[in-house]
Amino acid sequence: MSAPMPTGLRPVPAVRRAKDRFVQALVCLAFVLAIIPLLAVLWMVVRNGLARFDLEFFTHSMRGIGARDAGGGAYHAIVGTLEQVLLTSLISVPIGLFTAIYLVEYGAGGRLARIVGFFVDVMTGIPSVVAGLFILAFWILALGMPFSGFAGALALSILMIPVVVRSSEEMLRLVPRDLREAAYALGVPKWRTIVRVVLPTALPGLVTGVMLAVARVAGETAPLLLTVFFTDSINHDPFHGPQMGLPLFVFDQAGRPSDTAIDRAWTGALTLILIVMLLNLVARAIAWWRSPAKRGS
Amino acid sequence: MVALAGEERILTVAQQIEVSDLTAYYGSHKAVEGITMTIEPRTVTALIGPSGCGKSTFLRTLNRMHEVVPGARVEGKVRLGDEDIYAPDADPVSVRRTIGMVFQRPNPFPTMSIFDNVAAGLRLNGRIPRSELEGIVEESLKGANLWHEVKDRLHKPGASLSGGQQQRLCIARAIAVRPQVLLMDEPCSALDPISTLAIEDLIGELKREYTIVIVTHNMQQAARVSDKTAFFNLAGPGRPGRLIEMDDTRKIFTNPSVKATEDYITGRFG
Amino acid sequence: MAILVKSTAGGQAVRRPAFRRGNGDRVFRLLATAAGITLLAIMAAIAVFLVAEAIPALRANTANFLTELTWQPNAAEPVFGIGALAFGTLLSSFLALVMATPVAVGVALFISHYAPRRLAVVLGYVVDLLAAVPSVVYGLWGATFLVPFIVEPSRFLNRYLGWIPLFGGDTVVGRSMFTASIVLAIMILPIIAAISREVFLQVPRAHEEAALALGATRWEMIKMVVLPFGRPGVISAAMLGLGRAMGETIAVALIFPATFTVSFQILGPTGNSIAANIANGFGEATDLGRGALIASGLVLFLITLAVNMAARLIVARRAAYARAVA
Repeated sequence: MSAPMPTGLRPVPAVRRAKDRFVQALVCLAFVLAIIPLLAVLWMVVRNGLARFDLEFFTHSMRGIGARDAGGGAYHAIVGTLEQVLLTSLISVPIGLFTAIYLVEYGAGGRLARIVGFFVDVMTGIPSVVAGLFILAFWILALGMPFSGFAGALALSILMIPVVVRSSEEMLRLVPRDLREAAYALGVPKWRTIVRVVLPTALPGLVTGVMLAVARVAGETAPLLLTVFFTDSINHDPFHGPQMGLPLFVFDQAGRPSDTAIDRAWTGALTLILIVMLLNLVARAIAWWRSPAKRGS
Repeated sequence: MVALAGEERILTVAQQIEVSDLTAYYGSHKAVEGITMTIEPRTVTALIGPSGCGKSTFLRTLNRMHEVVPGARVEGKVRLGDEDIYAPDADPVSVRRTIGMVFQRPNPFPTMSIFDNVAAGLRLNGRIPRSELEGIVEESLKGANLWHEVKDRLHKPGASLSGGQQQRLCIARAIAVRPQVLLMDEPCSALDPISTLAIEDLIGELKREYTIVIVTHNMQQAARVSDKTAFFNLAGPGRPGRLIEMDDTRKIFTNPSVKATEDYITGRFG
Repeated sequence: MAILVKSTAGGQAVRRPAFRRGNGDRVFRLLATAAGITLLAIMAAIAVFLVAEAIPALRANTANFLTELTWQPNAAEPVFGIGALAFGTLLSSFLALVMATPVAVGVALFISHYAPRRLAVVLGYVVDLLAAVPSVVYGLWGATFLVPFIVEPSRFLNRYLGWIPLFGGDTVVGRSMFTASIVLAIMILPIIAAISREVFLQVPRAHEEAALALGATRWEMIKMVVLPFGRPGVISAAMLGLGRAMGETIAVALIFPATFTVSFQILGPTGNSIAANIANGFGEATDLGRGALIASGLVLFLITLAVNMAARLIVARRAAYARAVA
C-alpha cells in the first residue's frame, strides 16, 4: 500500500471530463449539420421563388407558353392539386377512420384485426411511385380509364389511408376506457358511444392526424406523374382528362433547361412549401392547444 | 481501511457530514428549508417523517442528485470532512463517486450481466486488469451478502434475479466504487419481508465500513436499524419540510423532545 | 332495465324482449369491418395488377430481367433489365444511410439529453419540419444548387482520396451518385432522428439515475444506459430510413444522369435507380415499356417490403423484451 493520500472528494480524471465535453461538442455539431440543409433549402426557395411570385403566376396556366417564354403560371396546377387533395381526403378519411374504429373498438385482438394491422404496416411502407404504378396498372391500363385528376386522387389515397389509420388508431386508444364504460353503463349502445363520446373526445387528435397526412400527400409527385400525366391547360374537371398538380408542375419545369422554366419551378416550390408548412403548423397548433397533457388529465 | 484498485490506493478515513442551513428548491417551489445536522462517520442515520415532507429530497441533496432534475437547486452547505460538496469548483460527478446511492426500486442495468453491473462504476475510471476486477466484484458481492447466491451465474443478466436479490446487487454495485457514504432511499419499500430483513442485516454489517443515511417510512425499521434518527415534517400544508428533531434513536422512540415527533411516533398522524 | 309491457287494443299484454341489440350497432360494425376488408382488398389488388401488367413485358424480354444492364424495351428485340437500376438504388440508399445515421443519432441525443428542456420541444418540431419538405423541392434544390456546388469538394475528394475506389475515376461531375446520395441523406435524416429521439426519451429514468449516482459523466451515462437500451430502436429507425431512400423517386430523378452502368465511382457521371428510371422513362414509354417499368416497380416494392418488415420485427422483439424486463 502506498502512502495515504488526502481523502475527500477525488477529482474526476481530466480524460473523462475531456471525453464528456468532446461528445457534447459533437452532438451540437450534429444538430447544426442537420439544420444547415433545411435552412439552405428554405432560403433558396424563398429567394428564388419570389422572383415570379406575382399575380400572373397565380392566375395563368402554361397554355400557349413557348419553351423559352417568360410568363405563364401555375393556376392550373394549383387548382389541380386542390381538387386532387380534396378528393383524396374524401376517399381516405372515411376508409381510414373506420378501419381505425374497427381495429380499436370492434376487432381488437382478433385474427382479422391482426391481419389488417399487419397490412396497414405494409401499406405505410409502399413507395409513392409504386402506388402510382398500381393505379396505372389497375385503373388506367386494365380498366381503360383515362388519365385524370381522379386517378391521381386514387393513387394518393393509397398513400394517405395507412397514415390516417395509424394516427387515428393512436388517438382512439388514448381515449380512456372509463369514458366508454360510463356510457355503456348508462345503456348507450356501442355505436352511439363511439359517435357521441369517443370520436368527439379524440377529435382534435384526429384532425391533427388528418391534416398531417394531407400535408404529406399534397407534396407527392411520383403518384401524379403516372396518373394525371401532364397538361399545360386548366382543367377544372378531375374526372375527365389530364390535370396538372403543383408538385408535378415543379418537376416538369425543373426538368426543362431554360431559365424561365427554372424560375417558375422555384415559385411553384415556394407555393408548395407554403401550403405544406401551413397545414403542418395548423395541425401542430391544434395538437398542442388541445393536448391532454396541457389539460392536465 | 480499504485497498482500492489501480492507482487509487487511498485510505478511507471516515469523515463526518455536516449540513448547514440547507434549502432545496424545485424551480421556485421550496421543498425543504433550513436543514442543519451532523452525521457521524460509520453510523446509520434514519430519516423519518410523513410522506411529502422532503426527506427523499433532502437525501438527494447529499450526493448532488437533486440538481439532476431540471430547474432544481440547492442553497446552503454540505461538508464532507473539510470540503463543501456544493463549493463552486466542486464537481458533482466526483461527489457522487464518494457518496453513493441505492434507490427505492431496484434498478440494475438491464443490458448488463450481474458481473458487469457490479463492475459498471469501476470501469468508468479506465482499464482495470480483469483479475483485479474479479476480485473487487467478488468482494462487493460478498459485502452485499449476494455472492453465494450468484457466484455460479455471474454472466446472467442482472434483471434475472428476484427483487430482493436485485436490490442487493444494486448495493454491491454502489459499494464496488468504495464510497465513504451510502445513501439509501427507502431501499426496502418494494421488497417482501424476508428480503427486507436480509437488507436490514446487511445494513448492520455495512456500517462497519460506511456511513449510512437511510430514508424510511417504516418506523420499526428505523428503530431496528439506525443509531440516530432525524424526524422531518412539514411546517404546514404547502409549506416546505423542516428538520424537527434529531437524536439517538433510542431517545427519539422512547422520549422525544418535540410533541410533533411524539405524535408521529405514536401514530397520531402521518 | 324493466320489461316493457305493451297492451294492444284488445287488452292483451304483449311482452317485448327488453335487451335487444339495436340495428345501429350492426350497421356500424359492418361499416367498420368493411373498411378493414377494403384495405386488404387494396393490398391484394396491388399485388395482382402489378404482376398482371408486368407479365407481358417480362415475357417479351429477351434478356434476364434481373441481371441485364441496359434498358431498351422498345427495341425490335426488347432487352431490358434492372441490373444497373437495382445497383444504383442499393448503392445510393446505403450511402445515404451511412451519411445520415450518425448525424441523426447525434441530433436525437442532442434533443433528448443535451438541449435545455423547453428548447428541446421546439427543436423537435424543427427537425420534423425537415421531414415535411416535399421531395420535389429537395430535387429542385439538389439539381440547381448542389450539383454545381459539389463539384469542387468532389474534385478535392478525387484528388486526395482517389485511391479509395469509391472516390476514384477520371471524371468528376456534379450530377453524380454522390450528389444524389447526399440529397437522400438529408431526406431520411429526420425520420431516423425522430424515431431515435422517441426511443432515447423512453429510457427509464431509474437507470439513468443509477448510472449518474455511480459518478458517471453525462456521456458515460449515455454510453452505459441510453445507447444499449436504444440500439434496437435506432437500428429499426435506420432500416425504415433505408426503405424510404430506396423508394425515393423525384429528388433523384432530377439529379441522376440516368445512365445504365454499374460503377462504384460515385463521383463520376453515372447513376440511376429503379424509381428514377420509372420517372424518367414514363413519358415516352410504349405499352411494352410501361410493362417493363411496372415490373421494375414490383421488384422495388418487394425490396422495400423486406426492409420494412425486418425493421418492424426488430422493434417487436425489443418491445417484448422490454415488457419482460420492466
